[in-house]
Amino acid sequence: MSTVVLLVVTGLGLGALYFLIASGLSLIFGLMDVLNFAHGAFLSIGAYATWWASGHLPGAGSDGFGFLVSVAFGVAAGTLAATLVELGVIRPLYGRHREQILVTVGLSLAVPALIQAVWGADPLTFPRPALVSGTVSLLGAAIPTDRFLLIAVAGLVLAGLLLFGSRTRYGLIVRAGVEDRAMVTALGIDVRKSFTLVFAIGGAAAALAGALGGLYFGVVTPFQGTSLLIFAFIVVVIGGTTSTVGCAVASVAVGMVQQFANYYTVAGLGDIAVVIVLAAVLLTRQGGLAGATAGRVA
Amino acid sequence: MNVDTEHAPRTSAPAAAQPIVDVRRTRRVPGWAAPAVVAVLLLSLPFSTLSLPGLFEGTLNSPSTLHLLATCLVFGGLATSYDLLYGRVGLLSFGHALYFAAGAYLAALLMWTLELPLLWSALIAVASGTALALVLGAVSLRVSGIALAMVTLAFAQAGSILVIRDPGRMTGGEEGLALNPDTVPGAFIGVVNTVNLYWLAVGYVVVAVGVVWWLGATPVGRVWQGIRANEQRVSVLGVNPYPYKLAAFTVAGALASLGGVVYLLVSGGVTPAITTAEFTLTLLVMVSLGGAGTRWGPLLGAVVYTYVDHRLLQLAASDVFDTLPAVVRAPLSQPLFILGTLFVLLVFFFPGGLTALPGRIRAALRGRGRAAAAS
Repeated sequence: MSTVVLLVVTGLGLGALYFLIASGLSLIFGLMDVLNFAHGAFLSIGAYATWWASGHLPGAGSDGFGFLVSVAFGVAAGTLAATLVELGVIRPLYGRHREQILVTVGLSLAVPALIQAVWGADPLTFPRPALVSGTVSLLGAAIPTDRFLLIAVAGLVLAGLLLFGSRTRYGLIVRAGVEDRAMVTALGIDVRKSFTLVFAIGGAAAALAGALGGLYFGVVTPFQGTSLLIFAFIVVVIGGTTSTVGCAVASVAVGMVQQFANYYTVAGLGDIAVVIVLAAVLLTRQGGLAGATAGRVA
Repeated sequence: MNVDTEHAPRTSAPAAAQPIVDVRRTRRVPGWAAPAVVAVLLLSLPFSTLSLPGLFEGTLNSPSTLHLLATCLVFGGLATSYDLLYGRVGLLSFGHALYFAAGAYLAALLMWTLELPLLWSALIAVASGTALALVLGAVSLRVSGIALAMVTLAFAQAGSILVIRDPGRMTGGEEGLALNPDTVPGAFIGVVNTVNLYWLAVGYVVVAVGVVWWLGATPVGRVWQGIRANEQRVSVLGVNPYPYKLAAFTVAGALASLGGVVYLLVSGGVTPAITTAEFTLTLLVMVSLGGAGTRWGPLLGAVVYTYVDHRLLQLAASDVFDTLPAVVRAPLSQPLFILGTLFVLLVFFFPGGLTALPGRIRAALRGRGRAAAAS
């Protein structure tokens, strides 16, 4: 029993991490048709900026309020990077999807290499605040506290995205743009303005995932983002690109499958089990789990 | 560093890009001239004692130079097989590394565990790689466009994880597998026999390029062209695109696994680096660098990329490099950073790649000449 509880909570924590990456990815893809390979780079930037701030930035630290400042700095760095990428690199290539993907591919190779050049290829120990170190006993299972933090943050981001989509004017434009970009443009609304916004949101979420991923794994490495990105791609394909809730459900499913298969079979098989799930979804339901309902829930 | 980057195209440009220019301009040079010139050049290289200081360390027929050239050629053939998907049919696959790695790892494994001779290992490895491409292609081609990219990426990632996790201590994990010297003919072992590895790489390039060109000229190739231009229209005309796309996927996978076997011999072993998503991304960079969907582009791009990558690593280790300030030195010591940045610039400023360059220069010169005549 305690093992199952531990696996469920850890799976939820991993799913939370996937959701933070995949939500931005699916928003960007849904609205702009850009498969953003640079998303993993935003994650790495967020993780390294948080790590750097906790040791060097005045006012920030590795514990308590100082850690919050570090994370805020990391998220700000990720948001800034995403905005700059959209304005400087993606914007001049509007309408040329192939080239946009190629450019993000180039960035996904160059940015982690640059990080590696500055801070080295070895894993760096990530700061761990006292509040989320140690374990909590739940139904007889000793669960690392940081899992709960991950789940809580992902829940807040999900709620924030849903509120943004339903209560704000920009959220409405973004949702309408995902549904039918041409129609929104025909109604006299410049969808392109929201492209930058979506990139910034995605970059912020990815950077947050970087900071939380540092807590989850305990270390940061330059190419951490790239390996997480691939599972986020799988989440986007399984969840479909039209629904934030679908994305959340798919994230949790992928995280769970991975944890359970890794524990009950050979380690490493969990990652392959996820790919098998993906193949099964593709063979049975084209367009992802949310594709059948078609309507955007969020 | 800059000097080398500028010089790099020259090693292969006279061979590859120049004849194409001639064909287009005069129309009197027959179509077989360019391949013939390249073939003669490739075949005569091992007999040349020419020394190109700054470009290669030793003479052209020294083992180190021949080994570098052989590696360049293997990647040239592999990039050509990738371009069959990307440039000719317009399929964006991010899992091509899987079939390359399947060929290399399976051949190495068969030689270690069953101690099969090279020929049988190679045959079984290529056949299995082809079957893998057929099965996975059949599943992934149910989706198209970006979803296809993500799905192929996921399959390749599963393969990569499998190799790194080292099931049953078979794949060697991060260490990789060395070539089993007992089952390989002596002619492919040792520094003295580097020239034989070079011949092998030349043979692979000829096969890969030949198959891709030949298929491109058949009726199947026409349908591929149609799918690339407008898939919907092809199906409206009554042709089901699916089997044609699957055929391209399988042929590309077969050529890639053959390349994997050749790579295993040339490099004397395999490491998990060739299974990763980054490896497929570098293939994409190679193809775009040379020019996707063109005759010589993928080969040229791969040769230039591999050469520059190799030279950058050498430069980063040299003494001259240590005199640079740390701010400059650190980023420059990462070939991926330089190549990634170059690639971004390339997409912006030279969308057609290297093979489109002569045409662009000519167009620019003509424009200037016209302006001069008008004034």
